[in-house]
Amino acid sequence: MLGAVESAGSFAMFVAQVVFSIRHGFRWSTMGPLLVEIGFKSIGVVLFTGCFIGMVLAVQAHMQLAAYGAATRLGQMVNLSVIRELGPVLAATMLAGRVGGSISAEIATMRMSEQIDALSCLGVSPIRYLAVPRFLACLILVPVLTVFANFMGIVGGWLVATKIHGIDSYHYWQHASQSVDPWDHIMGITKALFFGGSIGLISCHVGLNAFGGARGVGIAATRAFVISFLTIMMMDFFLGLFFSRITPFMSQIMGGSQ
Amino acid sequence: MSSGTIQALDGPATMKLEGVGIFLGQSQVLRGIDLDIQAGQTLVVIGESGCGKSVFLKLLIGLLQPTEGRVLFQDQDLKLLSEKRLMRLRLKYGYLFQSGALFDSLTVEENVAFPMKQQGIVSEETMRQRVAECLEDVGLPLSLWTRMPSDLSGGQRKRVGLARALVMQPAVMLYDEPTTGLDPIMTGVINDLILKVARSRPVTSIVVTHELRTLATVADRVIMLRPLARLESWESQVAFEGTPEALRKCPNPIVQAFLGGHSVAESAHPLPSIPDSAHVATPRGIQP
Repeated sequence: MLGAVESAGSFAMFVAQVVFSIRHGFRWSTMGPLLVEIGFKSIGVVLFTGCFIGMVLAVQAHMQLAAYGAATRLGQMVNLSVIRELGPVLAATMLAGRVGGSISAEIATMRMSEQIDALSCLGVSPIRYLAVPRFLACLILVPVLTVFANFMGIVGGWLVATKIHGIDSYHYWQHASQSVDPWDHIMGITKALFFGGSIGLISCHVGLNAFGGARGVGIAATRAFVISFLTIMMMDFFLGLFFSRITPFMSQIMGGSQ
Repeated sequence: MSSGTIQALDGPATMKLEGVGIFLGQSQVLRGIDLDIQAGQTLVVIGESGCGKSVFLKLLIGLLQPTEGRVLFQDQDLKLLSEKRLMRLRLKYGYLFQSGALFDSLTVEENVAFPMKQQGIVSEETMRQRVAECLEDVGLPLSLWTRMPSDLSGGQRKRVGLARALVMQPAVMLYDEPTTGLDPIMTGVINDLILKVARSRPVTSIVVTHELRTLATVADRVIMLRPLARLESWESQVAFEGTPEALRKCPNPIVQAFLGGHSVAESAHPLPSIPDSAHVATPRGIQP
């Protein structure tokens, strides 16, 4: 119990230091290689994941909807599920594994090989130099990659619906476009923003506090993924709850069909 | 002591430890260490593995803070400095890590230029010039300057680490086991470099080692630490403090056991006389 409180306190301090460092003396030039590493190199895996989310959803939902003679509403179900929920969550989960594990292992290796101490000895804050750019890269890129995942999810769902289940493309898109409004996109992207920030912060914190040689690096990578994944799930629930309360109001403002 | 602005410093710095002790987790690593390190002096810290030598170095640069007592750099208590001031103060230190601690993703040149680039205090031209000077000083061939650290041998990594430590023209140089894991020839090269740095630059040097050859080559003054786990609560952790000559004559059986049962003077590398260059201060000469 005491350990959990201590860890929470240490994480809170770390978050405060990251936020402070963004405002004081952070160099945007350090972001370039990270945007490539975290963003560009993750596009393939995110597109693949997104496409199969949509396809699986279409297969499963078709069985239910066809029983009620509402198969043409498949687009509505697939698109809403992908944009609001599955796109952000599964893209973030993939990135927690690919990016979070990598960030954590890299920083943990630097910790073990005294490179973190070397940074401090050279008058450079490890938080400013290592954690801030990685946090910002995750914060910016996870929502962007979520858009890619959503797009491919929609395409995947449409492919299964029209090419396998023989649903007419016109009716598919008509129902889909009637049910999805801008507020659904805002909800999904806001979730992705929270998920991305969490992945960056958790991975850096775990890496910076790693110990125990090569085994410690492995533990840090696993730990970063597990904590990030659990955090994504918890956040998804609480953000979902929050959005469910404000959705009727927001949809009214934005002129949606909810 | 003052926690205000950091004093400008052109020459070597003095350091002082007053009743310093530190716990790492549940176990105490250092206890009751009192020490004056005079400007320009080369202090060698010896002792068995686990006696807290590396922790001692990390206390001197403020990477660790003492649980008790205080560490003073030019009369400034490191514990009272804000993180920002401590970061700035660390630019007056050079630190050669046991493994070199080079940044994996940067080339040799980039590693050496790193501190200057981060501080943004010199022009690109000056930076290139100073990097070249430092790499030439440590004798690293030009062909290796664009290599990655993973392509270098242990001795070459140490040389690059030394060049990086020297590039900001530090007032205090800290060496953590500089010759560990090196062959005898490379050990001699690194020892000569430490001596060269101490003689050619206005710098105070603290060398942590368990190599008698390093001790014999570079020391103005020696301190020997003992692991606290083997000591009673009333026993001092400092087994010896004094000049290399005094160490040679020290009758303390613990010291003699560490020296391997034979005098340092009898080894292949006799203790050198203390360098008489102007910046090297006379050791306090405390006899055990």
